[in-house]
Amino acid sequence: MKSLLDWIDHRTGVRQLTKSVLFENIPGGSRWRYVWGSTLTFTIFVQFVTGVFLWMGYSASSGDAWESVNYIQNEMTGGWLLRGIHHWTAQLMPLLLLLHLMQVVIDGAYKAPREVNYWFGVLLLVLVLALSLTGYLLPWDQKGFWATRVATNLMNLVPFVGPEIQKLVVGGTEYGHHTLTRFFALHAGVLPGLLVLLIVGHIYLFRRHGITPAEPIVKRDAYFWPDQVFKDTVACLAVLVAVLAVVISVHGAHLGSPAESSEPLSAARPDWYFLFLFQFLKLPFFAGEKEVWGAIYIPGMAVGLICLMPFIGRWKLGQVFNIGIIFVFLGGAGALTYLAKQEDVTSATYLRSVLVDTRDAQRVTALAKARGIETTALSLLKDDPKTQGARLFAQHCASCHRYDGHDGLAVKLLSDVTLGELENRTGMTSRFFSGDAVHPDWLARKSGTQDPWQTVHSILDAETDGKFDVIASIELQEKQSAPDLKGFATSQWIRDLLDPKKFISHRYFGGTAHKDGDMYKKFLKRKVEKYEAKELKMLDAIADALSAQAKLPSQKAADVKRIKEGTADLEDNIGCIDCHAFGEPDPDADGPDLTGYGSRQWIIDFVKNPKHENFYPENNDRMPAFGVKKILTDKEIGLIADWLRGDYFELPADGQGH
Amino acid sequence: MPELATERRGFIKFLCAFIGTLISVVPFGAGVWSYLNPLAKREDGAGDGFIKVTTLDAIPVDGKPAKFSIVADKVDAWNRFSNVSIGAVYLRLVDGVPKALHTVCPHLGCFVDYRPSDKDFFCPCHNSNFRLDGGIVDGVSPRDMDVLQIDIRNETEVWVKFQNFQPGHIDKVPVS
Repeated sequence: MKSLLDWIDHRTGVRQLTKSVLFENIPGGSRWRYVWGSTLTFTIFVQFVTGVFLWMGYSASSGDAWESVNYIQNEMTGGWLLRGIHHWTAQLMPLLLLLHLMQVVIDGAYKAPREVNYWFGVLLLVLVLALSLTGYLLPWDQKGFWATRVATNLMNLVPFVGPEIQKLVVGGTEYGHHTLTRFFALHAGVLPGLLVLLIVGHIYLFRRHGITPAEPIVKRDAYFWPDQVFKDTVACLAVLVAVLAVVISVHGAHLGSPAESSEPLSAARPDWYFLFLFQFLKLPFFAGEKEVWGAIYIPGMAVGLICLMPFIGRWKLGQVFNIGIIFVFLGGAGALTYLAKQEDVTSATYLRSVLVDTRDAQRVTALAKARGIETTALSLLKDDPKTQGARLFAQHCASCHRYDGHDGLAVKLLSDVTLGELENRTGMTSRFFSGDAVHPDWLARKSGTQDPWQTVHSILDAETDGKFDVIASIELQEKQSAPDLKGFATSQWIRDLLDPKKFISHRYFGGTAHKDGDMYKKFLKRKVEKYEAKELKMLDAIADALSAQAKLPSQKAADVKRIKEGTADLEDNIGCIDCHAFGEPDPDADGPDLTGYGSRQWIIDFVKNPKHENFYPENNDRMPAFGVKKILTDKEIGLIADWLRGDYFELPADGQGH
Repeated sequence: MPELATERRGFIKFLCAFIGTLISVVPFGAGVWSYLNPLAKREDGAGDGFIKVTTLDAIPVDGKPAKFSIVADKVDAWNRFSNVSIGAVYLRLVDGVPKALHTVCPHLGCFVDYRPSDKDFFCPCHNSNFRLDGGIVDGVSPRDMDVLQIDIRNETEVWVKFQNFQPGHIDKVPVS
């Protein structure tokens, strides 16, 4: 073994190199406060290793980026761990950089002859921030997409050449393939290359000038090896343990829903260490054409001032001034960051947006897992009735109709959120850090108060356990004027419709002209109100029989005998067919055709044209002919019908798709 | 002949520097040339730039704005996509006449929300808010929301000239 090492050393001089690395003199001996540089080197090492392995699973194009990241996160063995380490280490790095910088300034370690090395350090800081900014876009989710639009639009403010710079960075005027390829080349090629060069220079200069000992020196000098190396490795271990703890607790890193330029994401925010700049731009001072000051000049001057510190430090009070400046920056940035977070966690718009994005992301991940991605993940979402039906309903139907009291976009955050978890989610600290909480509108509705956090506590005090739906739909102010379509054509929905009181309530036709129509006046009011138990039982059977016409996925196991009875009641005993067609066309019928009532085709035909002779040729009340007037396409009407019927892919409880 | 040798040395040093620069510049040059490609390419919209968005009947009669996707063909570098959404507009009826606003904030390009409770538009990024006609009420946006040209064809079809504008400036300059 020794002879082999001798042989290598003779040809490479590796022993001398190792010696010079390990036997660096440290004035005053090893100290814990010297570990920050090493932890930073370690995190950069972690990012290089995990980054290269992520690269092996990543595809930089607008049709593949989200899909490949989703595959890494949810399908590849250990992919979540790999991605989680990369993401969370990146979250930690700015903090370590800040500590490193503060220490250098406080100890005056930038003074002659170490100015150049100090500038190397400042450049490294800027490079790491640039790496973070470019990495944010790569998953091509809504958050990265919208936040990067803001970041690149800022480049547009650069005097004279702004639009050209933006075009070069984005790779054109539209965000797409070339935005990703360019960002990826920067993130995985150009910036890491520069980073390595600068780190080599940084460490070389650091060794050349030696460590700046912190006063007072109480111990004897010692070599770097082994005491300081030991302290450094322990600090790196602590960093790694902290990162792993977060990675394991959140199972990797968040991936939002796929980027989509026509769907807003109000919750687009930069990473936490850019939040102060984000908040800075909200200041009224930067309104109008003065924005370039907030976005470019002032941050540029701040970095310039930091670079000038070695010269300022030469003056009598310079060192004190520099330390003061660092704390002013820190205090200002801290306050702005706090304001940004505080504004978000109390904003209904923001919270709704987070919830909708979370729901879409979970949905598309489930669809991708169960069905595979034929073209893009976005098209899975676009063709999904559960997602699009609700959106279309909210846009086109919810001005008159309701779905379970809301506009169709209520978000069920988790099916089994218990009160304990709810409390965790809404606790001050977790709310502050996660930005994810219970929607204030929902809370207000629950207890009628306006202070949401008071409400959470009153709910928590009142109940012990239960399941919660979190409503993220916009608050609907006007009273509904047309029926609530939750459970449309189910047996229960039809049975309730046949109840005179319910029929004229706002849940059904109370807000329409039908409350004065024949159905109510001649049938429900005149007859049903006087029904005895036997006839009411018939209505139950009719509801079952009519509901069977819909062939809803939720009602597959129907009782054939009962349906037969109900059909007989419908045709003969109660006399529905006096006004409605059933089973065969009836030109004299003036109520809607009950043949195939609530089936996919029936709903589609109805939405296309409510005035069609099969529905309300005479007495349609305000409902537009969505198909005839080309307000909605056939595909869109189909999506709404499937959504109303609950006819879409649903992950069963056992986790296996059907 | 030491003098001549020095002169020759000087020339060789010059040649080293010259050749060295040349051979380093060529690969960078080729790279930068292709990197500048987006500057050379101009967006040339097909036809007059108007895109059919919806029909008059789809716009709420009560004067509330509604969001509509702009569906058109899109070229993304090496891909051509037909009928995909490339953005969105808010449409609103004013005395029966439709008006179109770009959904993107003229400040930094976030998606502006319609707030039914406040009957205004609100940018969730930097808190600018706008009247329903797009005029700025309060906030850091340098200009009003971008009004888009609208054309009614075949009596009921709503066509919009869909354009993006440079964010962050007082003047409304189309992106090209």
